Amino acid sequence: MSEYPTNDDDQAEDIGPMLLPLDAWHREKGGRMVEFAGYMMPVQYEGIMAEHLWTRESAGLFDVSHMGQIYLTGGDLEAAVEAALPIDLSTLKTGSVRYSLLLDENGGILDDLMVTRWETGFYLVVNGATKWDDIGTLRELLPDEVTLNHLDENALLALQGPKAFAALERHVGGETPLSALTFMKGASFKLGGVDVWISRSGYTGEDGFEISIPGESAAQIAELLCGEPEVKPIGLGARDSLRLEAGLPLYGHDMTPEADPVSAGLVFGINKRRRSEGGFPGAAHVQDVLAEGPARKRIGLTLEGRMAAREGAKVFSGDQEVGVVTSGGFSPSLQHPIAMAYVDAAHAADGSALEIEMRGKRLPATAAPMPFVPHRYYR
Amino acid sequence: MTRYFTEDHEWIEVEGDLGTVGITDYAQGQLGDITFVELPETGASVTKGDSVSVVDSVKAASDVYTPVSGTIAEANDALADEPELVNTDAEVGGWLFRVTLSNASELESLMDADAYKAYVESL
Repeated sequence: MSEYPTNDDDQAEDIGPMLLPLDAWHREKGGRMVEFAGYMMPVQYEGIMAEHLWTRESAGLFDVSHMGQIYLTGGDLEAAVEAALPIDLSTLKTGSVRYSLLLDENGGILDDLMVTRWETGFYLVVNGATKWDDIGTLRELLPDEVTLNHLDENALLALQGPKAFAALERHVGGETPLSALTFMKGASFKLGGVDVWISRSGYTGEDGFEISIPGESAAQIAELLCGEPEVKPIGLGARDSLRLEAGLPLYGHDMTPEADPVSAGLVFGINKRRRSEGGFPGAAHVQDVLAEGPARKRIGLTLEGRMAAREGAKVFSGDQEVGVVTSGGFSPSLQHPIAMAYVDAAHAADGSALEIEMRGKRLPATAAPMPFVPHRYYR
Repeated sequence: MTRYFTEDHEWIEVEGDLGTVGITDYAQGQLGDITFVELPETGASVTKGDSVSVVDSVKAASDVYTPVSGTIAEANDALADEPELVNTDAEVGGWLFRVTLSNASELESLMDADAYKAYVESL
């Protein structure tokens, strides 16, 4: 047997994989470690299917410490960040989190990221595989007066699932009750005696939290949370299948520098005022695509049967090739295969009957609205 | 009956000129939850090393190569409804296909159970 390329094939630097603060903890918990984004990461513990379903019905703890945590301060920060990102900071309150995009001069997507307003600056979380490039890009875009701190001593945990709140609330203290956080809001807390930043956000479509902690406290906090009966550690495999069901794009696969935000269905990452005013990298191109409509669109596809469509598979309408699959797999919650694809706009409407070519076979597929599994955010 | 193993983690059990092929328990453990098995068509002529079946897991799709040349005699239709048999019973009920051997001498290049065990331990 040999495996086809998978979604966890992001290339590492030549120096070999680095170890994250929870490396030993994962191994102790039976995590199967693989290289991802330059780090050794757990792809699974007991199995992707079980971990996926556990997260949907209870709560899962994900180590996402490979992601880049960046803190921006100083200078004329509001104007500087708005020149770098298509975000409207005038509507971003302290403690609020917003999805944004790092674009190149042509409007191509360099990364997607979360921006949080802190009292004294902006806290950014960017993708692990792109963080070094992002830091370079941001440093070029931001004036010298703005200080960019890479918080590389911090770990990042995500606690996701309908029982995440109950499990976490038992251990948090501080000025803010955890219940005060609604989706995309954050605050400082004490967790197991450690000062942490918690936001109500995540990448699974479930209610849940992301917790930024000092690396040296990561194992203690992970152990504390996994001591709760609702919580199990969850690997990268289920993280990928959960986000796919939630219709959330994966950087490097469902969005790349070749895709603009409109085609990628991520216009919400360009705040309304910025769409008309522009003034961010790639604005002219993005405005053109907004006015004219994209030539192709990222869509969801549902498949019959059990054979999954994988990244790179061609999409057809009759004899005509109309697109390509960018993510695909078997949905543990729905028990049939699902996929994301970029297809010509004429074939992107929900309900379009298409076919996906896999290993010489044509699999019937139907364009479907995303998320495939409804979001259950706490708003 | 004798059972042989390949470095690609297939097993083949031979009785007369009929070989039953599956993936090993080690292999299913590495692949994780199996969601679909694409099986060869009965009557197909195959050559040792051909990819004749694909095992899909949540994570990825993996080729299964036939350890011997011959003709596909039967495929395990039970896997259509229960692909997870490959996880729960890889080396018995989770067999994939049967092949009528055209060249039994090909078996000589395969590993026996002890050699395969040592091979897995070396990985």
